This record gives sequence, structure tokens and C-alpha cells, in this order.
Amino acid sequence: MEQLLGQFSLGLFILQAVIFVGLVLLLKKFAWKPILDAVNEREEGIKNALQSAEQARQEMANLKSDNEKLLADARAERDTLLKEAREIKEKMINDAKADAQAQGEKMIAQAKAAIEGEKNAAMAELKSQVSALSLEIAEKLLRDELSNKEAQSKLVEKMLGDSKLN
Amino acid sequence: MTIPNLVGAGLIVIGAGLGIGKIGGSAMEAIARQPEASGKIQTAMLIAAALIEGIGFAAFFVGK
Amino acid sequence: MVISRKPSHFIVAALLAFMPLLSFANDNHGAHTQTTASQEATTAMGKGHEGDHSSEGDQTLTEEEKKVKEREEFIQHHLLDSHDFTLFSYGNGHHVGFSLPVILWDNGLHIFSSSKFEHETAVAESNGNFYKIVHGQIFKTDAKGTIEYEGHHPTNKKPLDLSITKNVFMILVVAFLMFVLFRSLANSYKKNNGIASGVGRFFEPIILFIRDDIAIPNIGEKHYKKYMSHLLTVFFFIWFLNMFGLTPLGVNVTNNIAITAALAILTYLITTFTANKNYWGHIFWMPGVPVPMKIILAPIELLGTLIKPFSLTVRLYANMLAGHVVLMSIIAMMYTFNNMIGSSLSFVLAFALSILEVLVAGLQAYIFTMLTALYFGAAKEEHHHDDHH
Repeated sequence: MEQLLGQFSLGLFILQAVIFVGLVLLLKKFAWKPILDAVNEREEGIKNALQSAEQARQEMANLKSDNEKLLADARAERDTLLKEAREIKEKMINDAKADAQAQGEKMIAQAKAAIEGEKNAAMAELKSQVSALSLEIAEKLLRDELSNKEAQSKLVEKMLGDSKLN
Repeated sequence: MTIPNLVGAGLIVIGAGLGIGKIGGSAMEAIARQPEASGKIQTAMLIAAALIEGIGFAAFFVGK
Repeated sequence: MVISRKPSHFIVAALLAFMPLLSFANDNHGAHTQTTASQEATTAMGKGHEGDHSSEGDQTLTEEEKKVKEREEFIQHHLLDSHDFTLFSYGNGHHVGFSLPVILWDNGLHIFSSSKFEHETAVAESNGNFYKIVHGQIFKTDAKGTIEYEGHHPTNKKPLDLSITKNVFMILVVAFLMFVLFRSLANSYKKNNGIASGVGRFFEPIILFIRDDIAIPNIGEKHYKKYMSHLLTVFFFIWFLNMFGLTPLGVNVTNNIAITAALAILTYLITTFTANKNYWGHIFWMPGVPVPMKIILAPIELLGTLIKPFSLTVRLYANMLAGHVVLMSIIAMMYTFNNMIGSSLSFVLAFALSILEVLVAGLQAYIFTMLTALYFGAAKEEHHHDDHH
């Protein structure tokens, strides 16, 4: 303790205190304040940059999800369109088929009807011709037969027999 | 410097050394247990060690 | 045991533990021899003080002992402030260095060059007053240089010594260096768009470290800005001076008690004058304890506020002094051993210790700044933790 106090120099103490306070004030004005301000500013800048980057990222993500949504929508729309188109096509084909079938059936029916008509007409014609022919034949036959008495009675009998059977 | 003074100074050094050693050892254990808190532990350790050292030096000078 | 597995740690710890012992044991011994030496000087000038005794003691010394004594004297002398800047000296009275101005206040201003003292051996005269240097301090004396002793201490009048001594010179150099360095760092931000350039790149992280790891945790986000200038200046000032102390220039500013006392008292003054009501409340009327305890605690706490700067002072002073003494003693041992093994061993030891001292230089600056911030933080602590009492 004694030695400590013996070494203590008041002048050095005063000079040190004065120089140090001066140094603090000088450095405060010319160095620490600008340095700390610059560092703070830079840190703020970095913080802001990070924040805006985060924001941009968020926006990008939003945009991406939007895009995806749009894409999905478009895809769905395309799908529905395709489906519709397919349906329409099928319907058209089916319709066409049904139409064709109906038409065919109709034509067949018409043809059948026409054939029937023709057939009937032909039959009628045939009948009338057959009857006329048979009448002619019968007339000729009758003329021959009736010229012969016996044959006449034979015929009558035969006819009577036939009708009895009927 | 008389003999009692020397003995006193030695005792002070032993005491301060034990104290600082205890702090250092405990800090090591604490860091081993929680390595993630090593910064805080080191700071606390240095402060505690510095305080003990300060008392040790003060006593040393008073005794001298 | 754990120790056996960590021999290097143990050695370092042991060295650290014994450092103060070694240094102070050495210190006192050195002081004694120095007194004898100065007494020799006075004897030589014909005004002996216990002159017979010292010369008698001198004759009994062998050549080797004289050399050892010389080294001790050199170490002792190096640890003191001096009025001229001596880089090194050799032979008998050959000094390489330069003189510094001496400024005294002794019923009027006396300014003269320290060359008048002829390296602390001669009596300097200025405007009819005579001065002489003993133990690195200037005493008023008469034309013949009479110094009255009481024990080992001169009792002559001491003028107020405002000289630019070696320490003041180094303080000015460091102050100038710091100003130039940090001014250029501040300017580099402007020039370089907010990014440090050059040597500032090294110092910027340290500034940020002091802000983020010392100031903000200890003082708090709210008040720390006010104290930043002081903390930064204290840290770099002590660190630079400690580092200069490790150069071979013979600088030893931070192991001078007046310097560390000035720094610690500034811390004390700032703490005291910026303290809030809560701080004083905790000192004079500790909340949450019974009234008789409060009365007992008040003087203890008040004493505590004074012990804090004292321990700051002594811690830095003693650590740096111990480092210098041990380092120089080990270097001096190189010459004492004077053989291959011993000298190379002490060289290796000195080398290791120098590295340790670099660490200590930073650590002490850090601890000083840290504790200063802690005291500032205590002065600014808010009321909130009172409900725990």
C-alpha cells in the first residue's frame, strides 16, 4: 500500500484524466458516432433487405400458387372441354347411327310395303288373268263337253259330288 | 516485508486461486452440460473471476 | 487426476497463480536494491545518506552478484515512469533515446528539457529552483542535490509534475493513433458505401463485439448508446497500451497506478453522475430487508461503490505489472544461467509467456470494459426486479 502511494504521481494522474476525457470527446465526435451510425444504418439496411427479400419470396410463392391454380383451372377446363367434345362426338355418332338405322328401317319398311303392294297387285293381276284364262278354258271345255250329253250329265254329277263333299 | 505479511499474502493467493479455480471448474462443467450457452457462461465466469481477483489484489496490497 | 492429463493447462494455471507472488516478491526486493543504488549515487555526490553502510555492502558483493543486482535494477527502473524516452542503454551511462519536456508547477511554471537531469543523475536548475529525480519522481532540492529520507522514501517537497513523461508521451501517441485509425474507419464508411475498408475491417468486428456482447447485455438496449463512446475508448486505449507494453520499446503505461486510477475514477464518476433513483435506493435504503439491516447495509454498500473503482485500478495495474516483471525476470534469467540449456529454456518460457501476455493484454482490456459496463448497467437498472425481494 505504502509503495503504491509512493509511486502515485498526481501530475500523471491529472494529465491522463485530461487527455483521456479529451480523447473520449474527440473520438465520440469524429469516430464513434459516425462509425456506430454507419453500422446501424447498414444493419437497418440489411434488415430491410432481408425483410423485402422475404416479402418478395412470399410474393413469389403467392404468384406461384396463383399460377398453379390458373394452370389447374386451365387443365380442368381443357378436360371438361375434351370430355364435352367427346360426349358430343359420341352423341353425334349415336344420333347418326340411330338416324341411319331409323332411315334404313323406314326404307326397308317402305320397300317391304312396296313389295307387298306389288306382290298384291301382281297377285291380283295374276288372279284376274288366271280367272279370265280359266274362264276361257272353262268356256272352251264347256263348249266341248256340252256338245256331248253323256259327258254333260257326268260332269253335273261330278260337280254335285264335289259340292256334297264340300 | 515481514514474515506475517508474506504468509498473509500467500494465504490470500491460495484463497483467490481456490475461488477462481472453483469458478473455472464450474464454468467448464456448465459449458459441457450446455454448450449452446457457453458465451453467457464465459461472460459470467470472467466477471466472477475478475471480482474475486479484485478482492484478492486489494487484500494483497492492504496486507503488503 | 485430471491434472496429469492436462499438463500444459496445469503449467499455465500454475504460472498464472504464482505470477502475483513472483512479481511482488521480486518487486519489493528490487525496490530495496534500487534504494541502495540511489543511495550510492548520493554518496558519489558527497552527500551520503547511510553512505558508509551501502558502500560497505557493495564491497562484499562478487562480480556475479553485482550483475544480478544490475538486472534487478534495470527491471525496477523499467517499471517506473521516466522523464526521458530511453529505448535502451548499454555500458556505463550510454543511453539511446530522446529527451522529453519537463513541466513543473512550483509557485510558477517551470519548463525545461529532461536532458538537464542527465538521466536522473544530475540536479536540474530552473529559475533559481533545483530539482532532482529519485525513483522516477521529481523532488525539490538545493544546489547540491540533498535528499532527506525517512525509511526508503524521500521527504523533500514534490512539485506538481505535469511533465510530458514517457507515459504521457505514449498516451499521446496512442491517442493520436486511435484518432487517426478510427477517424479513417469512420471516413471509409462514407467513401465505401457503408462498408469498412483497410485496417478498419479488423477493428469493426471488435467495435461490434463491444456493442453487442458488452454494452447491450450489461447496460440494456435502452441506455447503452450514451455509454458507448466511453466503453469503446476505454477498451481500445487499454488494449493498445497493453500491446505497446509488449513491444521492445520499453513502454509500460498500464502498469502505472496513476493511469489505471484515472481510468477507474472516470468510470466511478460516470456511474455516480448518471445513476438513477433506483441505484441510490439500493445503496442507502436496500428494499426488501428489515430496517436494522438497512442501516447496517447502507455504509457497506457505500463502501462497495468505492471498492469497485479501487479493484478496477488494482486489477489492471497488478496484472500488467506482474506480466512485465515475470517476463523481464525470465529474460534476465537467460543471462544469469549463461549456458545452452538454461538460457534456451528461459527463452522458450519467455516466448510462451509473451504469447500469454498478448492474451492477457486483450483479456484485461475486456474485463475492464466489461466491469465498467456492468457498473454503468447497475447505475441504470430499472425498478422491475424489486418484486423479487
